[in-house]
Amino acid sequence: MSGGFLSLEGVRKEFGGVFVVDAFNLEVAQGEFVSFLGPSGCGKTTTLRMVAGFEQPTSGTIRLAGKDVTFTKPNDRNIGMVFQSYALFPNMTVGRNVGFGLKVRGRPKAEIDARVKEMLDLVQMPQLETRYPYQLSGGQQQRVALARALAIRPQVLLLDEPLSALDAKIRVELRGEIQRIQRDLQITTVYVTHDQEEALSISDRIVVMSAGRMEQVGKPFEIYNFPATTFVASFVGTLNQLRCQVVDPVGGRLAHDGQEFRTATPVEAPDGSTVVAMLRPEELHFGQVDGENQMVGEVVSVTFLGALVRIQLSVGPARLTLDALNERRLTLPKVGDRQTVSFPPHAVWVMPAA
Amino acid sequence: MTISAAPLPRAAEPPAAEAPAKGNRFSSWMIFLVVGIYFLLPLAATFYWSLRAEKGKLGFEAYRRLFSDTGFLPAFSESIVNAVAAITLSLLIIVPTAYWVRLRMPKLRPVVEFITLLPFVIPAVVLVFGIIRLYGRPPLLLTATYDSSRVLLVCVYAALSFPYMFRSVDNGLRAMDVRSLTEAALSLGANWVTILRDVIFPNLRVAVLSGALLTFAIVIGEFTIALFMAQHTLGPYMANLTRSKVYEPSAMAIVAFAITWAAMGMIAYISRERKHR
Amino acid sequence: MRPPRLHLGNWFGVLPFFVFSSLFLIGPTLILAYRSFEGLEGGLTLDNYRQLASPGVISAYGMSIRISLTTAILGGLFGFLLAWAVSLGRLPGPLRSTTTTFSGVASNFAGVPLAAAFIFTLGRVGVVTRLVESFGFDPYESGFSLYSFTGLSLVYLFFQIPLMVLVMLPALDGLKRDWREAAENLGATPGQYWRHVALPVLMPSILGTMILLFGNSFGAHATAYALTGGMFNLATLLIGQQISGDVLHNPGLGYAVAMGMVIIMALSILIYSILQRRSERWLG
Repeated sequence: MSGGFLSLEGVRKEFGGVFVVDAFNLEVAQGEFVSFLGPSGCGKTTTLRMVAGFEQPTSGTIRLAGKDVTFTKPNDRNIGMVFQSYALFPNMTVGRNVGFGLKVRGRPKAEIDARVKEMLDLVQMPQLETRYPYQLSGGQQQRVALARALAIRPQVLLLDEPLSALDAKIRVELRGEIQRIQRDLQITTVYVTHDQEEALSISDRIVVMSAGRMEQVGKPFEIYNFPATTFVASFVGTLNQLRCQVVDPVGGRLAHDGQEFRTATPVEAPDGSTVVAMLRPEELHFGQVDGENQMVGEVVSVTFLGALVRIQLSVGPARLTLDALNERRLTLPKVGDRQTVSFPPHAVWVMPAA
Repeated sequence: MTISAAPLPRAAEPPAAEAPAKGNRFSSWMIFLVVGIYFLLPLAATFYWSLRAEKGKLGFEAYRRLFSDTGFLPAFSESIVNAVAAITLSLLIIVPTAYWVRLRMPKLRPVVEFITLLPFVIPAVVLVFGIIRLYGRPPLLLTATYDSSRVLLVCVYAALSFPYMFRSVDNGLRAMDVRSLTEAALSLGANWVTILRDVIFPNLRVAVLSGALLTFAIVIGEFTIALFMAQHTLGPYMANLTRSKVYEPSAMAIVAFAITWAAMGMIAYISRERKHR
Repeated sequence: MRPPRLHLGNWFGVLPFFVFSSLFLIGPTLILAYRSFEGLEGGLTLDNYRQLASPGVISAYGMSIRISLTTAILGGLFGFLLAWAVSLGRLPGPLRSTTTTFSGVASNFAGVPLAAAFIFTLGRVGVVTRLVESFGFDPYESGFSLYSFTGLSLVYLFFQIPLMVLVMLPALDGLKRDWREAAENLGATPGQYWRHVALPVLMPSILGTMILLFGNSFGAHATAYALTGGMFNLATLLIGQQISGDVLHNPGLGYAVAMGMVIIMALSILIYSILQRRSERWLG
């Protein structure tokens, strides 16, 4: 058995001449929480469905606990799946829905009843056993769906954008629930989402996908702070991009619009070439800070987001976004002001110009 | 009369299914073939029969005799005129009613819908029974002359078309969100005539046509009511033909089938076209 | 636009509809209802309804019920199977639209042309009858007749099956793909999925439509008349005979027979509506 509990090796899916999933390689450890993150159409759901067995890979292997399950039927894989639309059976009560997987396995009634109660307690919905799905709210239905998927003691839990159809507040609440349950049960989980905040907050590792390919695999902190490609950098979080000239590769000095700044490490590009410097908004500060790079620009917009204040400045042809934590003593700059901003050298990373 | 097109006005497009549904393809084909044979056999037999009017060879003699029969064209044209009159009458009543109920008196909706369902509750033979007893005696003696009976017949046909007409027009009004359109038009300064003419009716074309075609198919072949009201429409004519001639009835049946198919096909065509807009 | 300008003026728009319906739908029915309570000497009585239990009427109703039950069940079964075959059964797409159009046509084909078509097929000298005879087996000798319970049922199926198809197709579309996948994911075989999820969810629709089919067959007149010349023991034909002349020797009874039919039809439509609403809640 190689590597992970769940492994995808060279998985590809072709559809109508196009590779909707290409060269997907991943080893998921037992008990790990992995998210597939990407925009619509990037292939994340298709990959998930191949793991579930609803789609067949064009080539490649999927292994579960060492066993090759690439062509196993979905009802033989013992994988639990939670759907975006909940997919609760409308003709059954919550209790019967949750117990369905055990019933088709022929488990005795006493065992089913006990397990249903256990699962409903787990998702904190014990009192809803005799209700019907149409009587429940979206959040409640999704908890029941989760209980149903877990009742069969699956080896892997798959979730296909389970929170997309819910209100923002419920989403955050359920997100925490899912994380808690996953940790309690130590169940290997694959989670598909297009919401990067979601992925960042609950995953052990994230697979960022675009147009069928894996862009980067890594821990949330790595993905956010050390993105491997421009796509990852701009898809996850807000990103400042400055086209600049390399003034001194060894010393890490770059120039944008006549203003110079340094990076913490040498730049791997020839002197005088054009590169793109990248920087997160929260690493920028107001005013002059000793030891940090400084740039001056004109304030273009000031947006008060509650906990954050977001300022946009134009620096030459580029726009810089600065996120500052809200403080009651702040005086917000006005549009049109000339403002100096600072950022530390280590906050900058450089990528080749496109 | 059959409740054939109960679901027709809200013909649903099947949702795009990327992964083909499971299901034993073999048994699907078996079912399709078995049921298909049941349906095609009578049609094929009738068509075959209609071609055998001339001894020994296959030809369209039966059709020729049918179309040149003295009774055919009058009966056919009478049915068509009845149908057009019934459709017009039905539209004149239903469209304003549907509009009013949707916009001004939504509380009346259950009552109106219930009434439009009455043709399904009152079979044709019972209805004509009531019509004759109600209007066949003084003081409401309306069945005395052929023409007055005919007017009565057209009115009954219009009433029988209510379920389809109302459902079709109502769906059309809902699809075009008539309230918002009317309010937008009003806010832009349009008067009621303009609204009805330039906003409502153009968007109801498909719904009106569907309802009209359905009514047409029903009226053309209607038999029971025409029979008991002694009308010389296509229905009783066809029945007489069955009793008196040998080959013409089969040609008649094929022609009737073709006309119905044309009407249904047109409904499907215009409904499909609408969806692509 | 909410509060009407002139309260009375609003009724103006729906007045034609109510007047028309009263004249040509409600009125005729009411007159029948009223007259059905009329005794032979005048005055109101329930006698006519009691006489519904007389042998002539009972056998006519009985035959109508037998045919309606048979064609409702068989039509429901085959209609459902056909609808399944062209939607979920993996048949090529054009087959579905052809089936839909054909169903619309076939369900409107009822009446004289349908009867004629079957006479040409299975009548005493029909094409199929002769074909079978050429194999040495005479169906009419062995007791089959187009002009019997069996024959009539066979003919009625021609418009019953399509009606079932037309109603079941949208219902089958309402079966969410997610349910099947969720069931599979939980370990169910296709058979278990159908037994525990799909069929229960579809049942209100199936049952409701079968009841619709029952009513449809019960009230059918033209096809039976054209097939048998009006000389068959069927409730609708009985009413037809009563219209032409007082065959029951009691006009009040005739009206009661008609009203009895209306009551049965009303019940069937009512049950259908209730079941349809339930089905929409799950499939809508």
